[in-house]
Amino acid sequence: MTPAANLALESARRPETLKRVAIEPVTRVEGHGKVTLLLDAENRVQQARLHIVEFRGFEKFIQGRPYWEVPVLVQRLCGICPVSHHLAATKALDRVVGAPKLTPTAEKLRRLLHYGQTLQSHALHFFHLASPDLLFGWDAEPGRRNVVGVIEAHPEIALKGVRLRRFGQEVIRVLSGKRVHGVFAVPGGVQKHLARTDRDLLLKDIGQALLWCREAVGIARRLYLEDREENERFGAFHSNFVGLTAPDGCFELYEGGLRARDAKGGTIFDQVDPSHYLRHLHEEVKSWSYMKFPFIVALGNDEGWYRVGPLARVNNADRMPTPLAEEARADFRKLSEGPVQATMAYHWARMIEMLCAAELIRQLLEDPDLLEGDLLRGGERVPEGVGVIEAPRGTLIHHYRVDENDAIEKANLIVSTTHNNTAMNTAVREVAARYLSGHELTEGLLNRIEVAIRAYDPCLSCATHALGRMPLEVDLVDADGNRVSRIRRDGDGSIG
Amino acid sequence: MAPSGEEVLSRAPLVVFGWGNESRGDDGLGPLLLQQVEDLARACPALGLETVLDFQLQVEHVEDLADRRLALFLDASRSAEPPFEFTELREQRDSSFTSHALSPEALLHAHRKVLGTAPPPCFLLAVRGDGFELGDSLSRSASGNMAEAWTFLRSLLTCPTAEAWRPRLRPARPGP
Repeated sequence: MTPAANLALESARRPETLKRVAIEPVTRVEGHGKVTLLLDAENRVQQARLHIVEFRGFEKFIQGRPYWEVPVLVQRLCGICPVSHHLAATKALDRVVGAPKLTPTAEKLRRLLHYGQTLQSHALHFFHLASPDLLFGWDAEPGRRNVVGVIEAHPEIALKGVRLRRFGQEVIRVLSGKRVHGVFAVPGGVQKHLARTDRDLLLKDIGQALLWCREAVGIARRLYLEDREENERFGAFHSNFVGLTAPDGCFELYEGGLRARDAKGGTIFDQVDPSHYLRHLHEEVKSWSYMKFPFIVALGNDEGWYRVGPLARVNNADRMPTPLAEEARADFRKLSEGPVQATMAYHWARMIEMLCAAELIRQLLEDPDLLEGDLLRGGERVPEGVGVIEAPRGTLIHHYRVDENDAIEKANLIVSTTHNNTAMNTAVREVAARYLSGHELTEGLLNRIEVAIRAYDPCLSCATHALGRMPLEVDLVDADGNRVSRIRRDGDGSIG
Repeated sequence: MAPSGEEVLSRAPLVVFGWGNESRGDDGLGPLLLQQVEDLARACPALGLETVLDFQLQVEHVEDLADRRLALFLDASRSAEPPFEFTELREQRDSSFTSHALSPEALLHAHRKVLGTAPPPCFLLAVRGDGFELGDSLSRSASGNMAEAWTFLRSLLTCPTAEAWRPRLRPARPGP
């Protein structure tokens, strides 16, 4: 499918004449989203869109709050990656309090927290959310295609997933006091050292965690290569890639400069100070979506959209900082001369990152700086700060302006899922055109759209879960708006 | 990475789970009640309980359930009969694929599948909530429901055994 043909499916010419199908909510992602399809009389897809209600409300919600509350408040954005929001906000406020450079102890402790978060989030995504599709296939019986099905069919894989995520959460807990929503980082540093007993506790388990992370890379690699042709074709397109890298081009999750590379691997910009992100990244508004569409200014909104997250980071990095992950990266990059473009390669790249996080955790646990040393630094107060971090799902930008009364005057958050908005929509259109167009809709076909979205691990961040909610309904509506048919999947998995 | 023998022996016999998002109004009922349980446990260590706070129930919580004598789940509910319902949970295979978050019943099922043993007796205190929007504070009705639920919960904790709790179930409607 050519890029022009793909883009043509963003907006149909005469939508009022078409049948409408809605997939709502998209499942096994964090939060709520929906996909709408417009079909002509022959069931050919004429329009495909992913809609996500983003949490712009949070930027308003924190206005007027004292800046020191923000690192705690923003954790409520998400139950899966609260640490990323916590750290990105704190990094922005480090600059506000005049401490853009932390003490060595504080930076290492924050890195440890961040790597624990990366490990647990990637384990959750791969083992809980993605593995049902990867292990059972896209057309498997839907009631089986979930984490419980994986537990029943592959208990040894499920148990490793459970315990890897648990280990990542233990890293978070020993530092911040809780598995979620603890308080650890403060503007200018961190609150406490790692206790020696907690260090020993984590050291006891890190060897096993590393072993399982290596196995996970092997599983992801095997599943990709077993059906390489299909995986390279599924939701495939070429894009630019953006993410942080270290000054020497090494893979980096916590601190670095922004690097953008084009679809052939050519450099668009490199080592851009994250504080200057607005000079290089703009956001386009489209009337049909609540979520904006970021793009690289130098390329314009048509050509400048990009991807972030594991695939972008592994593609953009010249090397990994740890030996096992570097070995895995080199193997992965053999897939393609230039950047690897396949949507399904996100899963493999994600496992390489998980392995890297485990290796980095081991390195840090052996570092005596975590047990002692200065925790806080301060300097001249300034009114504005930007914090950028590589969250599990991709580049996360927090930008705050603070007034003379220490209250948040303005906030701008660009989260990973927003960066990937155009990419996810492009993947949805590609899959819709390739697999659905001209066919009778079936649950398995609709699941392919969700598989493409899930590869990006979008954080739709709802986190309200009240008991007994969230059925999935797919409506087929004729050109007059009349419902022709409905497929409903209830909370217990039954389909009617 | 599994709990060591020493950890298992030192485990509190009762585990209390509370989950939800305090930034979404009544969704915070579980965490708010759990905070009260924690305060009580600090004042009375002899209660022998451990608390687990989270945003959502996930499959790894099977390890928090393991080797307990009793478990209690605290959550907000849109559908519970006000002020609250108190039910005993049964293992149930969760065939849903609408989210990665598990129901308490599915967690019990996962416990058996992952760890190969039966879960302990588990109960759910579901407190009725009415407003779940981002930035909402606790609604007046939920606040009243929570006060009644706390009085009930305190009395439960004076005798934390399944045998003592079963006669006190408060289902909204008769079981099948």
